[in-house]
Amino acid sequence: MDLTWSPEEEAFRAECRAWLADNVPSEPLPSGDTREGFALHVEWERRLYEAGWAVVSWPRAYGGREASVWEWLIFEEEYYRAGAPQRVTQNGIFLLAPTLFEFGTPAQQDHFLPRMAAAEDLWCQGWSEPNAGSDLANVRSRAVRDEAAGGWRLTGQKTWTTRGAFCTHLFGLFRTDPDSERHRGLTYFLVPLDREGVTVRGFGRLDGDEGFAEVFLEDVFVPDDHVLGGVNRGWEVAMATTSSERGLTLRSPGRFTASADRLIDLYRRRCSDAEARQGLGIDPGLRDDVIRAWMDAEAYRLATLRDVTDIVEGRPPGARSSFAKLWWSELDVRLHATAMRLLGPYAELTGDAPAAVDGGAWVKGWQFALAGPIYAGTNEIQRNIVAERVLGLPRR
Amino acid sequence: MRFAFTDEQLLFRDAVRDLLSKECPPEVVRDAWVSPDGRSGVVWRALAEMGVVGLTVPEAHGGLGLGELDLVLLLTEAGRAALPEPLVETTAVAAPLLRDVADGTVGSTWLPRIAAGEAIVSVALAGDPFLPGATYAELFVVERADRLVALPASAVEVQPQPSVDGARRLGSLRWDPEAEIVLVEGPEGWHAVNTAFDRGALGTAAVLIGLAEHLLEVTVDYVRQREQFGVPVGSFQAVKHQLADAALALAFATPVVHHAAYAMATGAPTRSRDASMAKCYASEAAERMARTALQCHGAIGYTVEYDLHLWMKRVWALAASWGDAAFHRHRVGLAVLGPPG
Repeated sequence: MDLTWSPEEEAFRAECRAWLADNVPSEPLPSGDTREGFALHVEWERRLYEAGWAVVSWPRAYGGREASVWEWLIFEEEYYRAGAPQRVTQNGIFLLAPTLFEFGTPAQQDHFLPRMAAAEDLWCQGWSEPNAGSDLANVRSRAVRDEAAGGWRLTGQKTWTTRGAFCTHLFGLFRTDPDSERHRGLTYFLVPLDREGVTVRGFGRLDGDEGFAEVFLEDVFVPDDHVLGGVNRGWEVAMATTSSERGLTLRSPGRFTASADRLIDLYRRRCSDAEARQGLGIDPGLRDDVIRAWMDAEAYRLATLRDVTDIVEGRPPGARSSFAKLWWSELDVRLHATAMRLLGPYAELTGDAPAAVDGGAWVKGWQFALAGPIYAGTNEIQRNIVAERVLGLPRR
Repeated sequence: MRFAFTDEQLLFRDAVRDLLSKECPPEVVRDAWVSPDGRSGVVWRALAEMGVVGLTVPEAHGGLGLGELDLVLLLTEAGRAALPEPLVETTAVAAPLLRDVADGTVGSTWLPRIAAGEAIVSVALAGDPFLPGATYAELFVVERADRLVALPASAVEVQPQPSVDGARRLGSLRWDPEAEIVLVEGPEGWHAVNTAFDRGALGTAAVLIGLAEHLLEVTVDYVRQREQFGVPVGSFQAVKHQLADAALALAFATPVVHHAAYAMATGAPTRSRDASMAKCYASEAAERMARTALQCHGAIGYTVEYDLHLWMKRVWALAASWGDAAFHRHRVGLAVLGPPG
């Protein structure tokens, strides 16, 4: 065991830190889940790309710097420590891109990856449907062969599509074999949203931002080279993406260690508020919850170092990535619940309130944290996966 | 950066697992509850021959001269087998402590005997009133007020304090102060005592991980086989989710414990905090696992004829010894937040 960084890794960290210190906007951008905020976040993504920080682990040919997975972790730590903007490109670069690298043809990789890195194409995920949530294999949206045109015609409805109203492309599952059931006969499609027959309707998430969308498709044509990983192989291809989403690539530890450090800072500020609770001061039990939040984030960091070692040495985590999803999503809820209780009467104030603490970031974060146990496979589904595929308990 | 054990460390672990599965099956643990000497028969000597007992004893005294990172997986094996011996006290705590603070005679008398498996040493630090293996230990190391003292068994009167875990052979001591061999006195050198406490907390955490691993395995086996309503009870989500949650706590406690072993072995400035984090998570994960194991077994687990209670009661005992979860969380808090108020 050797938990030290090499001089090269330390130099990489210093380079990240210096660039972020010079470039992270001093005032937080408006939410990237609003139309106006999204546009500003895309500008930020392009600055990241120009400087070579958008996709550090990718090949140089596609806009990366061929960073190791360790350096990627370092970048993420520094990124969140610096309080840099949310990554509105994340569904593309963290969820679709690993699948493109694994299943895409060279032509697909050459076309889509550089445009994704440069935030020219902005990707959203089209998996869930009104009747296919946790039961993803119940997908009804269909693709019908158009032999003459050399492609497929897509019809159906996708929903809960994050930032779908602002994105340019959608990746998702469609049923290509009309006689198939469940996870057979599905195909993974790459769908430009400017095609005829596409209607996108944005709607408000829990925090009121237009971060969700419904995507309606009516006889939308996509050519054959927009099939990813082969016709009727969609489930296998999609599952490769879900393990990225559950585990590391979506939620690196740096995100939570940075939140825990901010929670400690908030705790110190609230402790010095003499007027809290009519002079009684903050609830002494909250100290314990702050310590727990810090420890839970640190435990996630340590488990990740172990997991990344396993990945690097050829021992992939497989279904164990569900442990990570359960851990980070639940620690994030507890951490923000603690912040809300620390804030007392300030907890309910949105960023629009003149008296809001930290620009209303905590109530925003609280609402976002509550989504964690729901998206990327609900935590009930994750517990089933752990029970059946890690522990070996019988399926129903 | 590499968060993994060496092949040698893993092979040593496998060898200890093999030995304990042969020599320390549940019948041996059961016997230790009722036998006159409270020991595990030939197991201790076999562990000594393998080098486990003397792992931290310097080579000059017949040991292997290794450290926390080499020991941590072996302590987890001891937990998996519910080994009824104070391996933590003797090997994780006493041997390095005697190495560091004892003068020539005490060290050269006791360290070779520890390595040879001839002498069990029991330890109570930080004012802990009770010592495990007290009825058969040959040497006691006890922290009292401003001093750390060693006491040969011949110099103490042991009052047995029966534990809920019959293999603990817990006792309290009375002794004539004249018989004390003072190891540390006054603030000078007290860091050695603090380090010893960290080692005890870390070692106990590693044992708790093993106890929890065993409880998880036997419970998974049980709910796969036990049928009600015509299906295995392990096919019910209510059972699956309880076990998934208990397995989650264990999955995250384990790297925290391994990290603490690394921090101790490398003398990291955060090592006390890290050891506390390890004991906090390991205590909570093992207690949760014990509770879940009992519930998933149902009535069969609620008997002394079934083996489950041997592991469960050890968890109860060890979760609270060397500082419980709340104590260690408080200690982490002092390091991270500073003093309260």
